[in-house]
Amino acid sequence: MAVQSHQAAVVEFDHVTKHYDTPTGRRKGGPTPGAVNDLSMTVPAGKICVLVGPSGCGKTTSLKMVNRLIEPTSGQIKIDGVDAATRELTELRRSIGYVIQQIGLFPHQTIGENVATVPRLLGWPKPRQRERSEELLAIVGLDPAKYRDRFPSQLSGGERQRVGVARALAADPPIMLMDEPFGAVDPIVRDRLQNEFLRLQEQIAKTIMFVTHDIDEAIKMGDLVAVFQTGGHLAQFGPPLEILAAPASEFVARFVGQDRGLKRLSLLRVSDVAMQAPVVARVGEPTADARQRASAAPNGYVLIVDGANRPLGWAAPDDLSGGDGVSAEMANPVSPLVNKRTTLKDALSMMLDADVQTGIVVDRTQSVLGLVTIEAVARKMREGEHSPAFDDLALLAAEEEEDADGVPVRADAGAADQAALEGA
Amino acid sequence: MPPGTKLFDFSWTVGHLDQIWTRIIQHFQLIIVPLLIGIVISLILAVWAVRQRWAYAPVTLITGILYTIPSLAAFAVLRPITGLSFITAWIPLTTYTLLILFRNFTAGFTSVPADILEAAEGMGYTRRQRLLRVELPLAVPLIIAGIRLASVTTIGLATIVAVLGDQFGGLGQLITEGIQTFFPTKYLLGAILSVILAVGADMLFVRLERLITPWARARAGAR
Amino acid sequence: MDGVIAFLTDPKNWEGTTGIPNRLVEHLEISVLAVILAGLIAIPIGLYIGHTNRGSGLAINLANIGRAVPSFAMMVIPVPLTLTLAETGLYDPNFGLVFLPPFLAMTFLAIPPLLVATYSGLRSVDRDLVEAGRGMGLRERQILSRIEIPIASSIIVGGLRTSTLQVIATATIAAILGGGGLGRFIFDGLNQGLAGRPSIYAGAILVTVLAVGIDLLLAWVQTRLTPRALRKPGRRPTPRQTPGDPDLEGVSALVRT
Repeated sequence: MAVQSHQAAVVEFDHVTKHYDTPTGRRKGGPTPGAVNDLSMTVPAGKICVLVGPSGCGKTTSLKMVNRLIEPTSGQIKIDGVDAATRELTELRRSIGYVIQQIGLFPHQTIGENVATVPRLLGWPKPRQRERSEELLAIVGLDPAKYRDRFPSQLSGGERQRVGVARALAADPPIMLMDEPFGAVDPIVRDRLQNEFLRLQEQIAKTIMFVTHDIDEAIKMGDLVAVFQTGGHLAQFGPPLEILAAPASEFVARFVGQDRGLKRLSLLRVSDVAMQAPVVARVGEPTADARQRASAAPNGYVLIVDGANRPLGWAAPDDLSGGDGVSAEMANPVSPLVNKRTTLKDALSMMLDADVQTGIVVDRTQSVLGLVTIEAVARKMREGEHSPAFDDLALLAAEEEEDADGVPVRADAGAADQAALEGA
Repeated sequence: MPPGTKLFDFSWTVGHLDQIWTRIIQHFQLIIVPLLIGIVISLILAVWAVRQRWAYAPVTLITGILYTIPSLAAFAVLRPITGLSFITAWIPLTTYTLLILFRNFTAGFTSVPADILEAAEGMGYTRRQRLLRVELPLAVPLIIAGIRLASVTTIGLATIVAVLGDQFGGLGQLITEGIQTFFPTKYLLGAILSVILAVGADMLFVRLERLITPWARARAGAR
Repeated sequence: MDGVIAFLTDPKNWEGTTGIPNRLVEHLEISVLAVILAGLIAIPIGLYIGHTNRGSGLAINLANIGRAVPSFAMMVIPVPLTLTLAETGLYDPNFGLVFLPPFLAMTFLAIPPLLVATYSGLRSVDRDLVEAGRGMGLRERQILSRIEIPIASSIIVGGLRTSTLQVIATATIAAILGGGGLGRFIFDGLNQGLAGRPSIYAGAILVTVLAVGIDLLLAWVQTRLTPRALRKPGRRPTPRQTPGDPDLEGVSALVRT
């Protein structure tokens, strides 16, 4: 069902700073948790920008400054070029969809009434409120007839989360702010909600600012990712692949995780790597020819295919004996089949499971397009790879350090993190 | 008791229905003003105390002290000052409601979860809209519970007013007169009627509570 | 005003059956006995209900009704019964008039607050602690005595405060039946017309001082029993995550926690 949606706004942070004037802050002379320091970034219209970082890094504070639940100490936040501070407060908030982790559905109103909250505040005629409410419930996957007259206490966590999203979309706002919206449900439900939300966004294309502490969620959901570090500094801002391939600092590299290479693989597909051309032998061909080709092949095997060019399996020269021609029985079907849209992570996983070096790429009719190898994947992983400026060797050496009694001393991981956070 | 006094003289009761009815009406008159004024004052104090957190302790202290004063003492002390009228009764009856109502009203407001208030603010409710459309409705269960407790308590305290010996004593008057004249029918009537009134009011409010909060009844059982 | 001071300083008012000390003793006698009896009934029941969480609905309902009943009415209703019983020679008729009815009423009225306080105090104990105790091999009675009661003690004393206040107030009114207690100063004064004013005021002041004094004392005990972390005086109300049961909330609000 298509949702009528016309608007998405550009959100621009222009040297936005938030300081809390607390005794601790003043005494230490440094930034307080939740403070934001000179944040400048622009979220283009219709994109999902994920704000991610450790606790107290200012991501939620930044989000709440957009609808002015928190006011900036200095700097401007501009929506479509207009400073948010100059807009009338309640009018601003009614034009921004807001979803929080605990959702905050009103227990004393029905689901239908909850969803229609902002339209009601805006004075929409009752029939239109109801119509919109039902439309949105359907969009988020809840049968309106069933849910409209229920109360929040009667719904499960996942259902309530969907109602929260529906409620935020009700007045068709150009911007949506979401603060850990999928945090309060279990991983399976969360995965489903994330996927459905991404599908929804394909239709409605709103500007969305999304806060999470989970880097995997950030990479999955974001068109752009803003990594914050403690103290309210923006450590890096860019598309997920860039964050993964080229972390701007030690902090970002550590925050993203040691497995960032693998994480990148889940964003890349088979179509992104160069395929090898396979050495094939058709069923029915003379075995002598096939044997010759197999001995000459780079990996020492031929790929046996049928009349429709569908792969049947690998054959070594020794398998290609007998005078009757190549047959299906000679084929050893060990390699996994992938298609061009398969993620590299999945492809790699399949190859490792099968304990082979090669996967066979097929198209929709199952005919062979080419081969993808573990080596090609590894090469892709290293491509564009950038390590932030720190001395690998020095770190390794430190980790192997022994104390006076010859007992290896582990580098204090905590201290290294701290150093990264403060230095980067 | 003089021998031969009947426990309950039915014929006397039937013959004095008008007197009994007058007392019942008087009893209502005794309680209605303190309750209404008490509700208004406590509501204002409660909204104030929730906004200005520091106010909660002093208000609780003052209303608590007022509540601790034994009712008879309060009535007796005021009588020479305010004379023999409903006012003498109304003033202490009102102050006795304050502690109960204030505590329950503030509990009601603070029982509203913070995330709901934040969601309401974030979506664009004005302060007043938030108070009237979100906080108040959700505070209602505890508010009604407080009014219920205050009503029932006031009905009971109003029976004591009569011991001062005035003509505005309500059902308590029946009790005191009955005791002073060793007439069981009278004091039993007064006592039982006041019990019925109090317990009846209690049950009425319980019913009211359930009526006003349909969402509380609709628990996950309906899924 | 000076009449009151004169009354209070008159040595005659300090001796004999009608003297202040004696009246005070009478007042305390009946009050303390009623509270003790109420406690003996209410607390074990409350402990059972609170620990096992069975029968709470019934208890709450009974407590509601008990709380609703006017004290004055409660006091006079037993009179015909107690007087009739006196004729069987069980006790002196005068006792059956001036002591027994108020005593029964006070006990009856003191039960609900104590019952509810004990129940809700035990319910307030984190279930995890109880389970941990069970896991360590404590027997049910030990869990009760070593974990639940100590944690619930301040709430239970809160119920005790409410009960005691109720009882002291009722004992004041009980004097109308001709018995003793500080209420007598008020009633005797009422019967003397204008001349009785000092007595009325003195009685009112004495009974108020008694009530406030005991309340403060129990408040102090309650504070001492509250875990240190929660101890700020007049602790400001904190929002709860889930709204509680309104019935319980209402009565608990009366129980000074």
